[in-house]
Order: sequence, then C-alpha cells, then structure tokens
Amino acid sequence: MHENILRNQPAEQDVELMSSEDQEPGLLKRNDKICFRNFNLWYGEKQALKNINLGIKTNILTAIMGPSGCGKSSLLRSINRINDLIQNCRVSGELLIDEENIYEGKVDVYDLRRRIGMVFQKPNPFPKSIYENVAYGPRIHGTTEKTELDTIVEKSLRGAALWDEVKDRLNDNAYSLSGGQQQRLCIARALSIEPEILLMDEPCSALDPIATSKIEVLMRQLKESYTVVLVTHNLQQAARVSDMTAFMYVGELIEFGNTMDIFNDPQKELTEKYITGKFG
Amino acid sequence: MNNLSSRHLKGRLLLAAGVIAVSISLLSLVALLLDSLLDGLPYLNWGFLTSYPSRFPDQAGILPALFGTIWVVGLTALFSFPLGIFAALYLEEYAPKNWLTDLIHLNIANLAGVPSIVYGLLGLGLFVEALAIGRVILAGALTMTLLILPVIIITARESIRSVPKEYREGAFALGATRWQVASQIVLPEAFPGILTGTILALSRAIGEAAPMIAIAALAYVRFTPTSPFDRFTVIPIQIYNWINMPRVEFRELAAAGIIVLLVVLLVMNSVAIFIRNKYQKRGVS
Amino acid sequence: MKNRAGEKKRAQKIRESLIEKALFASAALSVLTTLGILGIFLFEAFGFFKEVSIIEFLTGTLWTPLFEPKHFGILPLVAGTLMVTIISIAVAVPIGLLTAIFLSEYASDRLRRLVKPVLEVLAGIPTVVYGYFALTYVTPILQQMFPQMIVFNALSAGLVMGIMIIPMVSSLSEDAMVAVPNSLREGAYALGSQKHEVALKIVLPSALSGIIASIILAISRAVGETMIVSIAAGSTPKLTLNPLESIQTMTGYITQISLGEAPFGSIEYNTIFAVGLTLFVMVVIINTLGNWLTKKYWRSY
Repeated sequence: MHENILRNQPAEQDVELMSSEDQEPGLLKRNDKICFRNFNLWYGEKQALKNINLGIKTNILTAIMGPSGCGKSSLLRSINRINDLIQNCRVSGELLIDEENIYEGKVDVYDLRRRIGMVFQKPNPFPKSIYENVAYGPRIHGTTEKTELDTIVEKSLRGAALWDEVKDRLNDNAYSLSGGQQQRLCIARALSIEPEILLMDEPCSALDPIATSKIEVLMRQLKESYTVVLVTHNLQQAARVSDMTAFMYVGELIEFGNTMDIFNDPQKELTEKYITGKFG
Repeated sequence: MNNLSSRHLKGRLLLAAGVIAVSISLLSLVALLLDSLLDGLPYLNWGFLTSYPSRFPDQAGILPALFGTIWVVGLTALFSFPLGIFAALYLEEYAPKNWLTDLIHLNIANLAGVPSIVYGLLGLGLFVEALAIGRVILAGALTMTLLILPVIIITARESIRSVPKEYREGAFALGATRWQVASQIVLPEAFPGILTGTILALSRAIGEAAPMIAIAALAYVRFTPTSPFDRFTVIPIQIYNWINMPRVEFRELAAAGIIVLLVVLLVMNSVAIFIRNKYQKRGVS
Repeated sequence: MKNRAGEKKRAQKIRESLIEKALFASAALSVLTTLGILGIFLFEAFGFFKEVSIIEFLTGTLWTPLFEPKHFGILPLVAGTLMVTIISIAVAVPIGLLTAIFLSEYASDRLRRLVKPVLEVLAGIPTVVYGYFALTYVTPILQQMFPQMIVFNALSAGLVMGIMIIPMVSSLSEDAMVAVPNSLREGAYALGSQKHEVALKIVLPSALSGIIASIILAISRAVGETMIVSIAAGSTPKLTLNPLESIQTMTGYITQISLGEAPFGSIEYNTIFAVGLTLFVMVVIINTLGNWLTKKYWRSY
C-alpha cells in the first residue's frame, strides 16, 4: 500500500540519511539551516504550535504535512516572521537560522525576509507588469540600474521555468497570465531577491493538475540551490518531491524523518493513520 | 381567506406611496433647477463673469468671488489631500488595533458630523484671532481643510482597506518595510478611490458659505485677491448677499451666480465619477 | 563594505521611524481639532459667561443681545432650531423611508439606476441654492395657501430643508435594507406573505439600526444647517409654536452677527461662541445618542 505512494521518489544518493538510533522527532544537528527549539506560538489565547523541536537541513526539500488546523502554515510563517503582521501573535522558545535566533530583539526582520522567499497558497502577483513584479524585490533592496534589473528578472524567470512563455510580453499585466503561470511568476518574484531559503505554503492547491506537475518539477530543481520548506496537504505530493517529511497534528510535531522512512515505515500510530487515509 | 383583498389593497397603497415619494424628490429637483435657471439665465453672460459687484445690477459681476473660490479651494486641496492620505495610511497600515485607535476613529466620525458653521467659528477663534492670520484667504483655506479632512480620511480609509491583503503579504515576504508597502503597493492601488473621494469632498467645500461667513470673508469685494493674505469672498457668499438685497434684479443676479456654482460642481463631480468608473473597470481578476 | 551596508540600514531605520511619526501626527490632527474646537469655544464663551449667568442663558426666554435692554436667554434660538428641524424631519423621514423601501424592495435595476443619481444630485446641491429656492419659489406658494404668513417663516425653511435631507435618510436606510439577507425574505414569502408585508414586517425591523442611524444623522444635519434658515426663516428670535411666523435659529444668529463684524472681544462677539458651544454640545449629544441607539438595535447576520 505504501509503495504506491513512493513510485515517483527521487534518487536516494541526493538525500542525507538520518541515523536510525535517533528517537527525537526533530533531530537537531549542528549543520541544520533552520532549527526550532522548544518553539511555541499563540494567536491570543489559542496555542497553535506546541513545543516544536525540529531541524531542517540545507539544500533539501522538507515537506510539512498534516490535517487542517495542525499548525503547519503557522510553522512556515514563523520562519520569515510574517506572523508578526498578525495582532496578538506571541512566540516563545527559539527559532534559529544559521544558528542565530531570529526572534531576538536586535534582529532586523526586513533583512531577515530578504534572505527568505515565500510563495503563498493563492497566487498573489502585484497589480503591475510581469517585469515589475519580479523587479520589485531587488528594487527595494537597492538595485536600481536597468541593466542589472534586466539580468535579475531574466534569471529569476528562468529559474521559475517561466521565461520562455513571457519573454515577449514582460510589460503585460501580471493578471493576464493563467493561474499556474501567476504562481510561477510568484516563484520568480521570490527568487529575485536571491534568498537562501524558500518557503512554499500549499503552492499548488489553487491550480489544476497540469500546472501542479509543472511546479513539482520546478520544486525538484529548486532544492538544488535553495533550502525548500513545503507545506502541503497532498500526501502524494509530499512523497513525490520531498527528501524529508514532518507530520504535525493539532500543533505538535508527531514524527519527522526521511520521506521514504515516514511513508514506508512510520513509527507513530498517528502518522500511520494519516498516511493510510484514516483521517483527513 | 377573506383578508386577502384588504391585504392586496394595502400592498397597492404602499407601492403608490413609494412612487409618490420618489416623484416628490424628482419634482423638487426639477423645480429647484428650473427656478434658478429661469431666473438667472438672462443675467448670465461673459460680462457677468468678468465684472465686479456693483450697485447697478446690470453692471454687477462675480469675478472677485470666482477668484476667491479658486484660491480657497486650491489651497484647501493642497493642504487636505496629503494630510488626509497620511492620516488614513497611518490608521490603516501602522496603528495597532487598540483603544487609542478606536478613539481616533470615533473622533473622526464625530467630526464629520459637526456643522460647518462650528468649523467656521473654530477658524475664527484659532486662525483669525489666536494665530493672528487675519480674515484672509489662508485662514479660510485652513478652516476648510479642517472641515473636509474627516470626510477625506474616512473615504481614504475605505479605499485603502479595499486593497487585498495578499498584495501586502507578498511585499512583506520580500522584505519590504512598512513605508515601502504603504507607498509602493497600497497607495497606488487605492489612489483612484482616494482621488474621487477628495474631489467630491472639495466640491462640497465649494458650496459652503457658512464657515467663510463666520471667518468674515468680506461681503462686498471690489478687487481680485492676489495673495493668500488678501481678504476675499467666495461664490456662495456673493450669492447670499445678492439674495438679501432688496431689489428684485439682485435676486436674479443671485440666480445667475447659482448657475455658475452649479456648473462648477457639475464639472467637478463628473471628473470624480469619470475617474471612479475608469479605474473600477481596470480592477483585478 | 560591511560598514556601508550597516550605515544604509541605520539610515533606513531612522527614515522609517520619522515617516511613522509624521503619519501619526496627521492622524493625531483629528484629535487636536476636537480639542481645538472645545478649547476655543470654552475660552471665548468664558468671556461671555463672566457677564451673563449660565442660568439666565439656558432658561431665559428673551434673546436681545443687540438691543437695550439686553437679554441673553437662548431658548428662543433653540426653539427656532427645533421647530425647523421638526418640520424638516417630518418631511424627510416618511419620504425618505418610502423611497428606500421602494428602491430596495420594489424597483427594478433600471429604475434604481435612474433614481439613485437623482438623489445623489439632490444631496450635492449647495444649501445656499436651497435657500434661494425656499425664498423665491416655496414661500410665495405657501403665502397663497396661508395668507397670514409673512415672507420669512419657519415653514418654508423647514420644508425645503426636509427636501435637502431626503437623500440622507433614503440612501442610508436603503443600504441597511439591502443588507438584509434574502433568506429572510424567502422564508416570509414561503409562508404566503405579500411584498408589502415582507417589506414592512421583515425587512424594516431587521434594518432598524441602520434606519435609526440615518434619521439621527438627518436630525444632526438639520440642527446644524445654516444657509436655508438664514435666507428663509428670518432673524427674529422668538419663542413660538407657530411655523408661519418669522423666527431665528442658533445658526441663523451666528450668521447674522458674523456678517455684522462685531468688534473683537465685545459681548456681541462672545455671544456667537456661547451659541456655537450650545450648538456643538447639542450635535454631539445627538450623534452619541444615535451611536448608542444604533448599537442597541444592531443585528448581525
């Protein structure tokens, strides 16, 4: 039953394997790119994340899955502190990126966000031209020379596998693109600031299957250059594209490990129930 | 079911009453416009627009009032437009949702309902006397600014609120600062709505006589103002004066002034509606 | 290289903080305006209340500050204001509500698109034009109906003010009615109700808070209106119940004195602030009452 899900797994040699003696669900290692330590998050009185301990490694694709309301989006949005925009949002514990706690007072949150790119659930290009959408990020961070911007725009659009489709109409309004193209534009926009980390919050949930598969191919390319964290409610997608998978339930991290291990041989009963579709 | 016929009757009465109500509004508007047009058209000519008021009705004109109106409204637009936008941006993009912000909302809503003559008295006491600016155009413009600012802020806030939050999130995620998001993403999108609202607010200001009377803009002005520190009058005050003069010809001059005022308002409102329609169509998918 | 980046960041932080302060100042201006109104009024009225006792001001029935012997009882002005307001509300509320019911429950889309702009135009006409209309058109007609009526009277002003306020009542009430969900109407229709019963027994009560808000707003507007009453209602402050007589409202009095350019600091000058303060307090009370009533009857869907 599990084998069906794993038919499209990437080659093993690209994945750093976990030691099997480790019992901790999160496994925090020194070379983790992103590290949650005893991390909690509240929206007002409601606690959305409970004591998360999780280490995300560099240059692989980590999927976060779980049923609705399990906190996976909150987890993702804590990484670039875009949760700060929500009133009454409180955190405790530590979130380390490159071993620095990003929730410490002296951290410049705008600079932090420049190092992280984010793609949202529903494509949200700016009401500007395709060119301007991609150029916006570099512009606000200081790049103003036209030739430099042109290079960055082309590079980002190529990185998002969109260049060939739009290179002749860069000045068209972004909303003239199809849904799948808009999402790839948003990916290009995220790439334009040359981030180290790419956060993707259910990027395919609003797209048709063909657009989805194009983006999944893209994701597998992206993880070679970026640390990608993907939130998805689509089990098969998690199995198809990710190297490591975390399973969350009602704000807690239940299990975390190599994707193949999680899907072939889950350690926790809850994980197994989720994978086999006993609840959604 | 023997109450059916009486119920039907009641239904028809309500419908008839509704139609009558709507007709009353319509007929009143027509009567009002016709009354002014018929009385005023004979006096409306180029001479009227370019002469000064005079004791002789056939030589009297509205020129100083026209200049005064342009000066006051121009300066008011200059002051109120940026102030209104900045205040609205602060309230929508920066202010935390706490009791202080709620108080400011409530305060602005209350100020929007304060009679214009109260603003006139405020202008008199504050600008004319306390700050010793004098009974001049600048005091008039500052008073008008305070008068229409609450309305501009309320309209601007609505426009800003209608900008989808997804745009802001996308920009923040790229590392944009609050001012960058506010000025580069939110404001361009909300701008047509804000512009429309401001033009409509200014067009109301043009028709206001009471606050300018309280500031004691002069009734009888025989010169055209050339600086913000000149005394002045505005079109509605000139109309008011002519109405109060005993001879019937002055009443008809007043009607001519009314036509000029209505034409100006018509133009301004048309511009505002044009902008609103043009940018509504361009809306996003 | 690192220093320059650090410097740029510090400069940006300072710039951001300054911008935020400037924006806050703009928003705070509104609070300052209210304080300014209160401050100026209280200050100037203080000069007035040094000479005139507040009891006489609030309860006296004669207002003759410009003639000897001087009396400073504000009741005639308040009475004048109330009389004109009541007449205008008596015109605007029935017509406005019926218009709203018609537009929201009966009218087709095409008809609505025709009527609404007319109402918007009515709302946008300057009050000085309404004043002219009252004096030159309405008063002569009324004089034919009531021969004992003199040219300046409360009835003319009240009627025309009522017409001016109709759009306020009708458009806000209509918004409130349109917001009532269709599911409520459908439930009533399914029980065999007719259109007028749905409109009066289902929609109207559900939209009550919006309707009340519109009426309160209209009252507040009527109380503060200046030009129509200055032109058409007269300048004789008197305590009377007869709308065919000439009266003076609070706003009319302020206008009269302002045109006369009373010397700064004189008792006449101070009266306009005392009257203005009374007006302001009245309007704030009306608005606050309106807000309270609106919240009390608000139903959320």
